[in-house]
Amino acid sequence: MSEVHHIHNQDPNAGAEQRKAIWKTFWILSAITSLEFLIAFTMHHGVLKVGIFIVLTIVKAFYIVGEFMHLKHETKSLIWSILVPIIFVAWLILALLLEGQAIFDAIFG
Amino acid sequence: MAAHVTTPGTVEPKYWMGGIEPMKASYGKLMMWFFLISDTFTFSALLVAYGTQRFGFPAFTGDRADFTFSNLYWPIPERVYESVPFLHGISLPLVFVGIMTFILIASSVTMVLAVEAGHRMDRANVEKYMLWTILGGFTFLGCQAWEWSHFIHGTESGSVMKVWENGVEVSKTIFGANLTENQYGPPAFADFFFFITGFHGTHVFSGVILNILIFFRSATGFYDKRGSYEMVEKVGLYWHFVDLVWVFVFTFFYLV
Repeated sequence: MSEVHHIHNQDPNAGAEQRKAIWKTFWILSAITSLEFLIAFTMHHGVLKVGIFIVLTIVKAFYIVGEFMHLKHETKSLIWSILVPIIFVAWLILALLLEGQAIFDAIFG
Repeated sequence: MAAHVTTPGTVEPKYWMGGIEPMKASYGKLMMWFFLISDTFTFSALLVAYGTQRFGFPAFTGDRADFTFSNLYWPIPERVYESVPFLHGISLPLVFVGIMTFILIASSVTMVLAVEAGHRMDRANVEKYMLWTILGGFTFLGCQAWEWSHFIHGTESGSVMKVWENGVEVSKTIFGANLTENQYGPPAFADFFFFITGFHGTHVFSGVILNILIFFRSATGFYDKRGSYEMVEKVGLYWHFVDLVWVFVFTFFYLV
């Protein structure tokens, strides 16, 4: 075990900026989640409320993927390689929600 | 004119067979990203299937204050999940799920702090933050176990529902939920609860196992010997993805 040497970065400020960004992201995510709670119990349930929830969810996803998973700071080609396949998910949502509506109309309509 | 002038003794970078890193990401990191894309499709399929079922079933149209459990319409999730451990009989809609969300976000923060410490080869801090992340993971799993147990056992009085048994429609009191019976609404609601949160919980569990492995290898100096803590980053990607999925489950299963 004595061969194991520690390569310590002696600069105590190394990565300080990154850590600051990490905590900032934490506070943003917490604030959005609290806001979602507030909206859940104060707003009338309807299309607008669901729309706000979806937008806030995507904002949270942006911060988690962009900052925590560091995708924002990767090369452009990597960012697009990850984002473009999500188009299939958008299509899946559209196709299957329309399908659900058609099932509803067929049975209960 | 030769296109490449090679100096004797230097090795030309190989453009194939791992000579350079495409997209400036190592092989392992890139493959983790592509695995996560495939996992995105799996979770999307589960959540979208839930949406299809929900759109294909009557919604509760009355005043939300008058809501009662029935298998004739889809339940309002905040009325299903309103219990918190040690606070028996008090209606606290979505509070426990909110606590679980904060636990997962907090464990994501400690994970990314471990990754940051790894970049500086700061073993002590990698160990410290990995332990916090593992603790967060276990806490989340414990919360989920309680939530499942509560959901399966149901409320004290249960709910009376008309169900078909052997071709006859009978009235019976149902307590809790399983894959065929559900006191909170149509059986499909309980099925999706078990499948979606169960599949996510399985991911959390795998993540905790991987985190323990990473902690063990940091603590025994494996990454110091290797000269790189990139493995922390790769497992970190997986852990953040689990948090990301929960953000979507929280919105589409519990909030809307």
